[in-house]
Amino acid sequence: MNSIVNNVVHRQSSHCESGVVANMLNSQGFELSEPMVFGLASALMFVYLPMVKVGGLPLIAYRMPPKSIISSVCKKLDVKLTSQKFSNEDEGMKALDQALSEGKLVGLQTSVYWLPYFPEDMRFQFNAHNLTVYGKNEAGDYLISDPVFEDVVTCPPENLKQARFAKGMLAAKGLMYVMDKPQVNADLEIQIRKSIKKTAKMMNGLVLPFFGIKGIYHLAKKIDKLKKSSEQEVGMFLSNIVRMQEEIGTGGAGFRFMYASFLDEASQLLQDEKLHEISKFTTEVGDLWREFAMKAVLFCKKRKNISLEEVSESLRVCAQHETLLREKLLAWSK
Amino acid sequence: MKKEEVPQDSCKSYSGHKKLIYAVDEQGHYEGVKSSGWEVEGFATEMAVKALDEQLAKATTEYQQGEISALGYYIPLLRFDLMSLAHATGFFQWQIKRHMTVAIFNKLSDKKLMKYCAVFNVS
Repeated sequence: MNSIVNNVVHRQSSHCESGVVANMLNSQGFELSEPMVFGLASALMFVYLPMVKVGGLPLIAYRMPPKSIISSVCKKLDVKLTSQKFSNEDEGMKALDQALSEGKLVGLQTSVYWLPYFPEDMRFQFNAHNLTVYGKNEAGDYLISDPVFEDVVTCPPENLKQARFAKGMLAAKGLMYVMDKPQVNADLEIQIRKSIKKTAKMMNGLVLPFFGIKGIYHLAKKIDKLKKSSEQEVGMFLSNIVRMQEEIGTGGAGFRFMYASFLDEASQLLQDEKLHEISKFTTEVGDLWREFAMKAVLFCKKRKNISLEEVSESLRVCAQHETLLREKLLAWSK
Repeated sequence: MKKEEVPQDSCKSYSGHKKLIYAVDEQGHYEGVKSSGWEVEGFATEMAVKALDEQLAKATTEYQQGEISALGYYIPLLRFDLMSLAHATGFFQWQIKRHMTVAIFNKLSDKKLMKYCAVFNVS
């Protein structure tokens, strides 16, 4: 079999979706950092959905839902996005080969569980992972730039097929996408301002108490109520929050550091000192989230000097600072 | 978080990999820094992995003693739970629970078994 190797710029990223978008655009000579992609997509969020259970634990997220980064960045920057889903698995694989032979980089949505290059402890049933395929070697294995890994990886076709067509929640249904960079680059300054305004507005949460700052307070209240639960339950509940915040490719502190990095980059681009100040404040907010995670884990380790109230109080401090951050962002983007 | 504060705790769950964390350098600007893990995060991950391992160990014994069907063993083995498996197979959660009993599992039609096989990637 002939090998195909298309040009790819692989840079390790914190998060799969923003990383794939950045890498796919960078490979075409459209320079864009991962935090810039994340910020432009207004992807910063907080969600606590007690009624949606993942592995028996409530859904907690620090960002907007999957696929929103890809679609919103492409729209904002006039990138032509062509995506396809397949009902037939073999057709889906054929279309991938076809696009590769045309010299394209192909983005895929996949399950994490069936990708053999993932270490055992990171494999779980999650269907909204993103990666870029950039070719195929002589043995028929796909060449993959998986943004959360340091280096490029390979994957046998059977495994990739299984990963693309894994069924279940957020099932990818073989989703593949190609991006074509725009002829004229969009005006970043306007887009940055718009996206910051959107984030600031969303941070307050919607009508329901599950999103943004309201969601954080809601979660704090729930932690207070855990007093009546067994030690095991409290442990699983708290460690789940910490995992969602730190483990699941967030760049630290549930994307807060990545967002601060975006504000920092934007301040340099726009020569705006005020924005750099807000970036510094966002770093403080991120540090507070890390402190909360530390306290939650200390509580799980049954250190006597820490109480459940201190854990929930630490979360409330995060919420208070996010309120301040929201005001600052809102004032800046007016 | 400053660059030099990025934890390098060589977490077991990373299996030698490194993740990218954003941190502030000496000039007060952000850059990506590779981290071998944070002890706090590692603890939370290990707790989750331990819980899964315990579930699997329990299911293995129960399966060997004939208390649950092979399905009951495969669910924790492939890190599914009732809800994710219900989504993946199209069965209701109560149906899956029923199929976990040996007597009912043995009577399942090939068509139903194939649904499970496709999701578990076994034949």
